[in-house]
Amino acid sequence: MTALRDAQSRARLIRRLQSVVGEPYVLHRPDDLTVYEQDALMVARHMPDLVVLPDTTQQVSDVVKLAREAGLPIVARGAGTGLSGGAIPQAGGVVVALTRMTRLVELDLASRIAVVEPGMVNADLTAMLVPHGLFYAPDPGSQVASTIGGNVANNSGGPHCLAYGVTSNNVLGLEVVLADGTVAWVGGRAHDAPGYDLTGVLVGSEGTFAIVTKVVVRLVARREAVRTLLAIYDKMDVACEAVSAVIASGVVPEALEILDGITMRAVNQTLHAGFPDDAEAALLIEVEGLAESVPVLMERIEDICRAQGARRLQTAAGVEERLSLWKGRKQAYGALGRLGRRAMMLDVCAPRSRLPEIMRRVLEAGRRWNIGVANFFHAGDGNLHPTPFFDFDDDSPEYARVIGLAEDIMRACVELGGTITGEHGIGLEKREYLGWMFTDADIAAMKQVKQVFDPAGVLNPDKIFPTGQPVHGGSRKSAAAPA
Amino acid sequence: MVTHAPTAGPDARGGRAPAMPAIPELEACIHCGLCLNHCPTYRVTHLEAESPRGRIYLVDAAAQGRLDLTKSVADHLYLCLMCRACETACPSGVQYGRIAEAARETLGPPGPPLTRMMVRLALRHLMPHPWRLRAVAALMRVFQRSGLARLAAGVLPGKLGRRLALMPAASPRFYAPEAEVLPAIGERRARVAFLSGCAMSMFFTEINEATVRVLRRNGCEVVIPSGQICCGALNVHNGEAGSARAMARRNIDAFPDDVDAVVVNAAGCGAAMKEYGHLLARDPVYGPRARQFAARVRDVSEFLAALGVRTPARPSSQTVTYQDPCHLAHGQRVRAEPRALLAAVGVQLTEMAGSDRCCGSAGIYNVLQPEMAETLLREKMEAIRETRASVVVAPNPGCMIQLKYGAQRFDVPVRVVHLLDLLDEAGA
Repeated sequence: MTALRDAQSRARLIRRLQSVVGEPYVLHRPDDLTVYEQDALMVARHMPDLVVLPDTTQQVSDVVKLAREAGLPIVARGAGTGLSGGAIPQAGGVVVALTRMTRLVELDLASRIAVVEPGMVNADLTAMLVPHGLFYAPDPGSQVASTIGGNVANNSGGPHCLAYGVTSNNVLGLEVVLADGTVAWVGGRAHDAPGYDLTGVLVGSEGTFAIVTKVVVRLVARREAVRTLLAIYDKMDVACEAVSAVIASGVVPEALEILDGITMRAVNQTLHAGFPDDAEAALLIEVEGLAESVPVLMERIEDICRAQGARRLQTAAGVEERLSLWKGRKQAYGALGRLGRRAMMLDVCAPRSRLPEIMRRVLEAGRRWNIGVANFFHAGDGNLHPTPFFDFDDDSPEYARVIGLAEDIMRACVELGGTITGEHGIGLEKREYLGWMFTDADIAAMKQVKQVFDPAGVLNPDKIFPTGQPVHGGSRKSAAAPA
Repeated sequence: MVTHAPTAGPDARGGRAPAMPAIPELEACIHCGLCLNHCPTYRVTHLEAESPRGRIYLVDAAAQGRLDLTKSVADHLYLCLMCRACETACPSGVQYGRIAEAARETLGPPGPPLTRMMVRLALRHLMPHPWRLRAVAALMRVFQRSGLARLAAGVLPGKLGRRLALMPAASPRFYAPEAEVLPAIGERRARVAFLSGCAMSMFFTEINEATVRVLRRNGCEVVIPSGQICCGALNVHNGEAGSARAMARRNIDAFPDDVDAVVVNAAGCGAAMKEYGHLLARDPVYGPRARQFAARVRDVSEFLAALGVRTPARPSSQTVTYQDPCHLAHGQRVRAEPRALLAAVGVQLTEMAGSDRCCGSAGIYNVLQPEMAETLLREKMEAIRETRASVVVAPNPGCMIQLKYGAQRFDVPVRVVHLLDLLDEAGA
């Protein structure tokens, strides 16, 4: 990869980019660039050469062409709330921030679809749909800030994905700018578009195949009734077993989450969300449906929770209490900032039936490496978020303990038949572990797809595939032993 | 990990850049970004450097010595309204206001050299001196009454003229209570001290009078210390924390200790006075007193709602919308109390969209950052228009001045009042 050879060619590129997107939207001063060296993965950073904020598909295309001409890598970025470092410009180059492209291009109520630009904030889209009784289903914890484009790149999930599926189940088509600047459409306005399912290929490709410039999303109608239950447990083990029992009973709630005591106490400090201060775990369960069926469903779930040893059941009395519980759940990660200077939210999966066991192993790993770990996760689909919190920097020798802990947890998941990532993407954070999940042949097949979309390897390089290089502050290789 | 930092630009002062001190509040931020969409300036610009997370990152990078404090860094920090909406949004409890105030103390006042000098001059030599403020108010009155102001606003080119038109009308007289201690009317239920304030006394004398009337009617003996001065909020927000500390000490000395509360009817002043403990944390003499003082400070709505107001003699049936002053909703977390008092008066409250989003006033922000202020004001006035309310309640002088200007500028038929205006009118 050739970078900018000298100040003169840099200045020329800046001028040409400015003529495309306007002067204020080409960032080139150190302060303006510094703030784009990191996303929400706190343990790695890298300064981009330039940051460009286009406003239209045509501008994205022109920017891609100019960056290509200059031989620079291109990293697409939304709100920068990603937790795997996907928006960190590891190889420098041009960050294309899509935060200005926030328009609702089309709302087709009859077909229940919307066409949005990638910078549209997830929660803003749902807010716009409230008057129509509709919503966009994937609801990642970051939804008040994260963009639809970023959600597409990472195939984001969220608590309600248990019932409605993840991003790939809710995106029908995409307008994309390819690595050579060509503008193309994939998919369509309904499921199962003819030809290759390129939408499926592009969703979750983390900006390594193309830059998304429009997204056709499926909208869902609000159900008639909704009920939310908090089942409080004294033991994490018992709570995990209750999850399996609920699912085994044949009732599938819209959401089925677990929060541990550490998380609930941290959340309670900012928000009087209504979580207990003295429990080890709680299940947050939501059912939706017809006004007649919801109470019946909830009663069955309550019976199961009780039979499975819940200390107390607490039903959200009204809309406000319900929203407050969910707000608490979604702010869980942020709230951990109270417990340590840094937190690193992991994203792993285990089969639902093995939840009690994987949670035991997560807690064991925390003890072994002597690092606090908070847990709040999508128990219903076995997607865990063990979150170590700590006070040292990513370039300190102690940091190797965090890596040791993370590796132990990932190893345990793989051993139990799970995966090393659920909904946050591979990005920088997990790339060196891809081989734990896939054979060389599997990875080679993926690389062939990358080769087709981006033969020169300019789109978000150094992501997803193992490079053999350490990801974090350089300390990964230092000899670390469990405490 | 940073392998190639571009060369630094010139620093803000043309000389050696000041060093950013370590700010302990920085540690709480884990960079999750949940604040972004709550920040008015990020919503307009969509730039990371104009977001709370971005600004915190800049201050942090400067504190670590990775970034020079260039003019451009100062510009990002001063495009911030200090509305603290990010603090309401932050799950980690990051005290953004304190971070930004500390950073601004290092940077000094905002703007190009001449503006900086003027701002510093005003903050140091005008704000702490009530008699000088009175003189300025008197001059303003003469200027405005004589018709010179209108003439100048008409003659001066666009931006300047508009800024002059923005200048609020000075009250007919500077607020001066008839005595330092005013007895409760009826049974005495509390003894309170009242901050009469600088802007409130200059521009809203009648509201101060209304506030005192309502407090007294509700059984409060009101002490209005003659030795009190401006609270220092503008100083803290504009990189003049040094003079703010001196002003805080003056006020701590001037106010009596034997009161149930120090009552404030300006949201910005209340928020600043509640921070006196932090402001003087390192002052061995005044530190403990400042903490005690701060603990007594109450916004007037907070105080009255807790005390319980008498049934209004003349309930109002006006349609009202409520603008949450940033430093009340975000700075003091007071939202329910003013609404409860509105309900007690009997008005019909129609909530506007984004009532807790800044109107763009933000102290002297609307003068220093007219473009951003106007963009935010336009959005605010549309939200007010949509409620079809005939009255907008905004219990803070800055917000009232800005919204009055906005009603004219964007032709929204709405009366801008203080909460205490309505309580007084209703005879509560």
